[in-house]
Amino acid sequence: MAEWKPICRVTDIPVLGARRVNRSQGHPVAIFRTAEDKVFALLDRCPHKGGPLSQGIVFGESVACPLHNWTIGLADGCAKAPDAGCTQRFAVKVDGDQVFLDAEDLRSVAIEPATV
Amino acid sequence: MKRMKLVMVGNGMAGVRTLEELLKIAPELYDITVFGAEPHPNYNRILLSPVLAGEQTIDEIILNPLSWYAEHGITLHSGKTVVDVNRRRRVVVASDGTGVETTAEYDRLLIATGSNPFILPVPGKDLDGVIAYRDIADTNTMIEAATKYKHAVVIGGGLLGLEAANGLMLRGMQVTVVHIMPWLMERQLDDVAGKLLQKSLEDRGLNFLIGAQTEALISGTDAGAAPGSVRPEPVEGPARVRAVRFKDGSEIPADLVVMAAGIRPNTTLALKIGLHCFNDGRGGIVVNDTMQTTTDARIYSVGECAAHRGIAYGLVAPLFEQGRVCATHLAEFGIGRYSGSQTSTKLKVTGIDLFSAGNFTGGADCEEIVMSDPYGGVYKKLVIQDDKLIGAVLYGDTVDGSWYFKLLREGRKIHDIRDKLMFGESNIGDTGHEGNTRAAAMADSDEVCGCNGVSKGTICKAIKDKGLFTLEEVRKHTKASGGCGSCTGLVEQLLMFTAGGDYSKAPTKKAMCGCTDASHQEARDAIKREHLLTIDSVYRLLGWRTPNGCSSCRPAINYYLISTWPKEAIDDPQSRFINERSHANIQKDGTYSVIPRMWGGETTADELRRIANAVDKYKIPTVKVTGGQRIDLLGVKKEDLQAVWQDIGMPSGHAYAKALRTVKTCVGSEWCRFGTQDSTQMGKDLERALWRMYAPHKVKLAVSGCPRNCAEAGIKDVGVIGVDSGWEIYVGGNGGIKTEVAQFLVKLKTPAEVLEYSGAFLQLYREEGWYLERTVHYVNRVGLDYVKKKVLDDAAARTALWERLQFSLDGEPDPWFEFDRAGVDTRQFEPVGAV
Repeated sequence: MAEWKPICRVTDIPVLGARRVNRSQGHPVAIFRTAEDKVFALLDRCPHKGGPLSQGIVFGESVACPLHNWTIGLADGCAKAPDAGCTQRFAVKVDGDQVFLDAEDLRSVAIEPATV
Repeated sequence: MKRMKLVMVGNGMAGVRTLEELLKIAPELYDITVFGAEPHPNYNRILLSPVLAGEQTIDEIILNPLSWYAEHGITLHSGKTVVDVNRRRRVVVASDGTGVETTAEYDRLLIATGSNPFILPVPGKDLDGVIAYRDIADTNTMIEAATKYKHAVVIGGGLLGLEAANGLMLRGMQVTVVHIMPWLMERQLDDVAGKLLQKSLEDRGLNFLIGAQTEALISGTDAGAAPGSVRPEPVEGPARVRAVRFKDGSEIPADLVVMAAGIRPNTTLALKIGLHCFNDGRGGIVVNDTMQTTTDARIYSVGECAAHRGIAYGLVAPLFEQGRVCATHLAEFGIGRYSGSQTSTKLKVTGIDLFSAGNFTGGADCEEIVMSDPYGGVYKKLVIQDDKLIGAVLYGDTVDGSWYFKLLREGRKIHDIRDKLMFGESNIGDTGHEGNTRAAAMADSDEVCGCNGVSKGTICKAIKDKGLFTLEEVRKHTKASGGCGSCTGLVEQLLMFTAGGDYSKAPTKKAMCGCTDASHQEARDAIKREHLLTIDSVYRLLGWRTPNGCSSCRPAINYYLISTWPKEAIDDPQSRFINERSHANIQKDGTYSVIPRMWGGETTADELRRIANAVDKYKIPTVKVTGGQRIDLLGVKKEDLQAVWQDIGMPSGHAYAKALRTVKTCVGSEWCRFGTQDSTQMGKDLERALWRMYAPHKVKLAVSGCPRNCAEAGIKDVGVIGVDSGWEIYVGGNGGIKTEVAQFLVKLKTPAEVLEYSGAFLQLYREEGWYLERTVHYVNRVGLDYVKKKVLDDAAARTALWERLQFSLDGEPDPWFEFDRAGVDTRQFEPVGAV
């Protein structure tokens, strides 16, 4: 049984935008909201040069990295061909207006010392 | 839903490209069956020349392996020629040559049968050893002949003939090119370039018989063996060719004769089944702008067999464009029209740079600009008519071919750039690729793209390995020319040599991005005409294919809306790049830089104290003086941005935005012993009048107080130079990628006039420029004459422009202090639910 950690409300995230979730340990997480109010969570680090994906332009179910415009799929965390590479995903649950992230993912995924 | 049936006749480049485009947009619509006469999957016919020359293998030029057909569920019948189509029952009938028939039903039929070589109707044309140059079989025949025989004769000194001759020579044959016209490639080159080419090919070892008329091909049984020929054992079958005889009675030995005297659209099947074909010119199946045959609405045709508005194209770029249009109609989107292409030519003989386009022979009412350096092996001719470039021939240095081709297609007036025309787009301050202009001469390790550090070898490998065809594809895969774009000419040359064909963009109109077929201009026009106020309404009206665009089109549309309908259209911060959303410039480590505005480059002790305190308080690691006479605070954390702005208490410098950046000034007459005008005051006035001005791209101004021009006004979007009698205004300068010297616009008397004229010019640019187009590119696109007409000649129009700019800027908020009014979403400065 997954343990879900409440993060924020869906409406706290701008439509076609993102927010950053800091963790006590590990690199921050980016949570995205699409035009259809779907919510996704990825490690806030582009597989290319580590750009903060939470600062990118969201379109469809993709985000364009703010540094070099790689397109990263929100569902799979992977760069669109011909670029190659993936960033880690975090399980998300939306219940009504509340957004939850998987507590185990938060504790364990990409827990190397945080780099800005 | 039951799928429809699509049958394609012909398995070549244009046809398969159409299928690829179709599968991209409607993968589930059809069951597809393909008939190909050759026993191969689709390969790159253009690269047969490098295969013949031993530079590539057949395997390397396969574009779609058999697995591709299987993956997409396409039934491929290779080695089967379609011999008939029953249009009433909608069935095609194919034969494998042994009497076994294959049939297939269709709902839509695509005919892409390509072209056939033109065989001279001379006696002996059916002899063994006489071939055309068209497919893999011909290429293999030539390669094999080169191992057994010595003398080759190529009939036809056009593009194909010369490539064949070059390949055979490299394989060790003695090759003579017979050409009936007075110089080589007469359809693509003028006499000077044709003769330079001949000289260069002669130096490599080719022989030429220019003006010779072939009378007959003579077989070994006609007379004794030709001198020097190595005769193999006689074999059964048709007699082998031995010599070529000309009208003047002379003969030359020939063990292999390659007919390369042009191609004709292959309309055999089309004629048989009653499709309307052209009889004159080169012929071809008549199609309309949707690539549908005019005879039968279920039948489409693309490629070398199709005649569109009377023209059957033989180059790959127009054919791919046809394929793209055809695919949208097969997919039942009903959008896209093919409206013809202008073509240009380059020769694929390694080490020879050659380019031609348009009408390069000129005529009575044409003018020519010629540069000739026979010793250096460089020749360039530009043909001009009615103040427009209508043709170009380049030999030896072709880096500007694509630029000339662009000017030619756009039909732009050229008198304002006429003096620079011959020296090319890249003659001034060409940076980033060591000044290289000849891709062929570069080593594999040489850097082509200085922005992204991409070498020639990397680009060529990607083109070969990934089967790239267009500049766009090379950009995507290698990033080459994806930065500043100044190496575009070089990359195009590499595409040419590596992938063959003609890769200049065929359509003059370019879609904004993959989300739409609409061009920037069409989007701008629609927003103005229809009074559109939201991004959604633009997407709906123009039929965007994506629900909310992409990171390329959305910022553009957002800008077009707010610049066209100020105070009406609502700015959408989520459609802006991060810099314009956070009002600071993102750095490589995810921190930001803060550059406060310093009017005209002046500051005070108070301001400097506040900056110093903020640097200490927020532990800002780097403080730098910028080239725009301001101070840059680098390495500010996003969480600190609001507080830094507050503490510094200076206006936003918009150093992060497509907007007015700085107005650089020299000290001017207040202090300088040479100063003739108060340039600092003029600069401050301009900056106060124009700040908060968003534009298609960043905008920089400079004001100098005397012609010594210490503020470097000559490379600014608007440069103002004070002279004793007033002010000179220059526009369209640029100090970036390519240094562009601003062009003189007008001389004015008073500071008020400087404000009005500068403002009017910038408002024109704001209203008409395409997103991410700098003023230099805007001015080059519309022409300085046009700008003068709007800003100088028509006083009422100028005043109106200036007033519209003031209306737009009136009451605009400072985004560092008025968050609500500037639409700054302050939630971005705080992380959520820290865990």
